[in-house]
Amino acid sequence: MKYMMLVYTDETIWTENEREACFSESVALTHELHGKGQYLTASPLHPVATATSVRVREGRRLVTDGPFAETAEQLGGFYLIDATNLDEAIAIAARIPGAKKGTIEVRPVYELPGLPRLN
Amino acid sequence: MDKVRSTVGVGSVEEVYRLESRRVFATLVRLLGDFDLAEEALHEAFTTAIEQWPRDGVPENPRAWLVSTGRFKAINVLRRRAKFAASLAFVATRLEELGKETAEPADQDVEDDRLRLVFTCCHPALAPATQIALTLREVCGLTTEDIAAAFLTAPATIAQRIVRGKAKIRAAKIPYQVPSLADLPDRLDSALTVIYLVFNEGYSASAGASLTRSDLSEEAIRLGRLVAELLPDAEVLGLLALMLLHESRRTARTSPTGNIILLEQQDRSRWNRDLIAEGRALAARAVAEPTFGAYAIQAAIAAVHSEATTATDTDWKRIVAWYDLQVQADASPVVELNRAVAVAMRDGPKAGLSLVDAILNRGDLTDYHLAHAARADFARRLGRFDDARLSYQRAYDLTRQEPERRFLEQRLREIS
Repeated sequence: MKYMMLVYTDETIWTENEREACFSESVALTHELHGKGQYLTASPLHPVATATSVRVREGRRLVTDGPFAETAEQLGGFYLIDATNLDEAIAIAARIPGAKKGTIEVRPVYELPGLPRLN
Repeated sequence: MDKVRSTVGVGSVEEVYRLESRRVFATLVRLLGDFDLAEEALHEAFTTAIEQWPRDGVPENPRAWLVSTGRFKAINVLRRRAKFAASLAFVATRLEELGKETAEPADQDVEDDRLRLVFTCCHPALAPATQIALTLREVCGLTTEDIAAAFLTAPATIAQRIVRGKAKIRAAKIPYQVPSLADLPDRLDSALTVIYLVFNEGYSASAGASLTRSDLSEEAIRLGRLVAELLPDAEVLGLLALMLLHESRRTARTSPTGNIILLEQQDRSRWNRDLIAEGRALAARAVAEPTFGAYAIQAAIAAVHSEATTATDTDWKRIVAWYDLQVQADASPVVELNRAVAVAMRDGPKAGLSLVDAILNRGDLTDYHLAHAARADFARRLGRFDDARLSYQRAYDLTRQEPERRFLEQRLREIS
């Protein structure tokens, strides 16, 4: 069973040292998950200020800066992992460094047939 | 089971249904891995029982018979569906193999299945309202209409909660297992919260004309007994004790016209002594454990009340001592308010008033009707009627419950 873990935190509250610590903890966690065969992929994202929104309406492409949601927390990174059930996924989510400052949204992945295989 | 073997008829099937259907359901959920399929299998198994038992007699072990019949029915259902989806044929074959090992589940397994069902329905990944609806539906076997009536909600709302809850269990793969030791304290907490909410909804309805809805309280006590039997943790015993001790006063706490009778004015001869004896024994067991917490403490307090033959006989020193312990463990404003009431009984209304004012002045509980009602009561007992009237009025404006409003109206009349 695959779970997507979306890491939401307030981008503005991280000091440079905290960010470095978060990265190295995350790398260690991904290696541990990889050792157990649970790691699929993971990555931090550049700040939301670098985001671009693309919409297609009536065949026309609309490109804008953003999104700038009203919420205090922004999507800052993600993990895609393999776990036997939600309890196992929750245990992994609780170890993601961002959980201490923000929120990890755990979403089961919908298995769409016909996609190219991961790995 | 022996008592149903002699009588063979639809009546005996009904009896077995009442006693066993939820146990059979819990085991079928584990074997089949799906709530809806388990429900369908359960009904097919009982339909077969209604046909066969009056003719062939009730089987030696009806529970095992129902589980194995249900499993076969489910395999047939999957085979029928497999004509449309090839993957289900594989599932059906797997089930057949799996079933050979577990055709006759041991009693212990069946009991564990019921606990698994409680923990799955009370999973914190489900919204609290969904946890309650699912627990009452799947563990207790209440109908959607019963649950809706008990919570004064539209049946469609409850049905939607249950459907969404089951969909999340399936899609997010909420496991069907008793949590690991590391997760158990949190998960148990979540299950006990659901049980206590169900009890309280039955004991003091949050809105509406009737003060108690006893069926819900009975279900909550049944759930408490189930968990206590399988997992006799201090807080589980504490919660069960607390519910039994509250329940013991049910008939004494409302007048024939449906008005509230406060603890100090209750006719204590109407308290149920059997429930008190059981509740006190459980409370004593709970606080003897090193891991006891808020439920055990509340049970211990209720036990002290239950010992007093009259309200004036109450051992307020011991009650305040329990509250002191509770404030240490969980310094919530509501706990502080309860402690203030106990202190007022021990040291007089002046002491209580200054404690409640301290809580209200720092901005806590200002919208909680019982804080104002307690304050009003202390002021009244001190003869400060103008002050009391303002607080009674504030409490009145904040409560939605009819009997509470009538009680406060009466108090207002008494001092004006």
